[in-house]
Amino acid sequence: MSDRGDHHVSEQIAAVKLTAITKRFGSVVAVDNVDLEIADGEFFALLGPSGCGKTTTLRMVAGLEFPTEGSLKIFGDEAGTLPPNKRPVNTVFQDYALFPHMTVEANVAFGLKMQRVAKQEIAGRVQEAISLVRLEGLEQRRSQQLSGGQRQRVALARALVNRPKVLLLDEPLGALDLKLRQEMQGELKALQREVGITFVFVTHDQEEALTMADRIGVMNEGELLQVGTPAEIYEHPVNRFVANFIGQTNLLDASVVSNDTVCLANGVHIPGKSDLPVGTRVAVCLRPERAGMHAPEEVPADQQSVVGRLESVTYLGNALVYTVMLDWARLEVRRENQPGGYQPHVGEEVAVSWTLDAISVVRA
Amino acid sequence: MTMVADRPEGLEEAAVATPEFEKAAERAASRRGFLLSLPAYAYLVLFFAVPLGIVMIYSFATRNRFGGTDLSGWNLDAYRKLGEPIVRDILFRSLWLAILTTLICLVVAYPFAYFIATRTPLVRNLMLVFVMIPFWTNFLVRNYAWRVLLGNDGLFTNISEAIGLGERELLFTTSAVVIGLVYGFLPFMVLPLYASIERIDLSLVEASRDLYASGFQTFRRVLLPLSMPGVIAGSILVFVPSLGAYVTPEILGGAKTTLLGSYIVTQFLTARNWPVGASLSFVLMAVMLVATLVYFRTGGRNL
Repeated sequence: MSDRGDHHVSEQIAAVKLTAITKRFGSVVAVDNVDLEIADGEFFALLGPSGCGKTTTLRMVAGLEFPTEGSLKIFGDEAGTLPPNKRPVNTVFQDYALFPHMTVEANVAFGLKMQRVAKQEIAGRVQEAISLVRLEGLEQRRSQQLSGGQRQRVALARALVNRPKVLLLDEPLGALDLKLRQEMQGELKALQREVGITFVFVTHDQEEALTMADRIGVMNEGELLQVGTPAEIYEHPVNRFVANFIGQTNLLDASVVSNDTVCLANGVHIPGKSDLPVGTRVAVCLRPERAGMHAPEEVPADQQSVVGRLESVTYLGNALVYTVMLDWARLEVRRENQPGGYQPHVGEEVAVSWTLDAISVVRA
Repeated sequence: MTMVADRPEGLEEAAVATPEFEKAAERAASRRGFLLSLPAYAYLVLFFAVPLGIVMIYSFATRNRFGGTDLSGWNLDAYRKLGEPIVRDILFRSLWLAILTTLICLVVAYPFAYFIATRTPLVRNLMLVFVMIPFWTNFLVRNYAWRVLLGNDGLFTNISEAIGLGERELLFTTSAVVIGLVYGFLPFMVLPLYASIERIDLSLVEASRDLYASGFQTFRRVLLPLSMPGVIAGSILVFVPSLGAYVTPEILGGAKTTLLGSYIVTQFLTARNWPVGASLSFVLMAVMLVATLVYFRTGGRNL
């Protein structure tokens, strides 16, 4: 705060700031000592498998759960103990939770009515929100008469009409089928840019998080493991769990020999940068699409390689996935489906190769 | 063709489906359904519809000088008698007490039903059993138990004396009747309320709170409208038997608090005026019929 004129992000007040937040249900620790800052205007994803604490974290921001310990600030104001109706945030619930006894219009107007906004203003803002999510003409429908995608839009309009400072979305696309989900991903992203509100969404779908979020927080077993941009998380996962959870990956057991060398489980030393202490058990993370495949005697000089037997080839249409068995590991190599080039047969010896910048060394 | 030979005995040969076959099958199914429900129909007609007809006939008949009833000289005298101040007072008093009982049951039962509906399934079932345990004891016995509790040296008088409210006589008052009716019919309010609250998705409550509604606003705008079928069903289940209650007012009420049920019994047994008793019974039934129709109309719209 003293560095005036510094335009660093941390100088702005965070939209949401969690400090040492813990939530226990009886003896179960659902969220364990989480620190997290979400910047104003950000599209932030909390990603993790089910039961990892991501939804509990979101619910604490919404006020639907209260933290056991720690501080929760929304735009600088301590909010950890405020009831949900006293917080400048709104939620899009997983199953939308639309009021079945009300029309689309009444659903959208509900929040404004509760805040005792003047009637005329309500009418205008409701209409605005309904056209923002392109639901014109459906104002008098009830939720049972809407499709999944339309319900999702009503839930969005119902939350956004209140102009919250932060919009929370709990698995917003979880109930939609694949095609609609992909369509809504783009729409949500565009909508967020249009309204400029901070969006925090929870998902277990890593592709959804990578596609939509500006930054992602990866959670597992109540802990926040890593926070970063999609590229940071994908390219430099902090540990085995994150590497495995985000995208497909090959993980080769290894240990640290020096800060630029690791020893693979087969005893071979290869270059691999890490700042972990010597002897630390690590994994070398090699993404299938970054691995090359050559005949064993034709590996380019600037690449590392391991040799194994080609076990199977899976045809994906636009790509082929080769499974290569080593004595001590199993590797997948993904290649674009293009004519020509090296086409090994199942059962042949092949070399799986990589350049130094294709791998990352992560905590095991 | 070994497959045909292996067909289990008794199974008919399959044929190409035809509309005629389909119709015949449907007819057979509906005939079976009718035959199976015949015992219930027969029972209702014999022991409900026929007696009802008899009551109706008697309500238009004439009381003779010897306390009997002449099934001749049909008239509306019995119905005219309902306009007399004594009968009218009893009618209004009964209506008022039934409404009061229903309202008290509603206010007491709603939070309780909500509490049950939001517990874990195990606790839920346990509490529902608790609600039903009183039914295991005879209704008459339970009413006499209240007589002891409300009586001169009973628990309630002792408590009111102890906290300095003085010796308050509760037994044989209207209050005692209402206490007894609420006690007796509360489960009929709790159960339908529970059933309808239990069906409400509780994330709607969270959504309402998230959308700036206070706890009370959430109740009024979300919970209450969505549980309306239970509110109406429970209210009718309490109102209807309260209106015609006989046992509780007889045991806990005094001479000054005669209600419809007792009055009808008096007309039949003591006054030996069957036409008046019958006409009152009929009016009572009409009120209940209206209440039930209201229930089906409102319930049908919401469900």
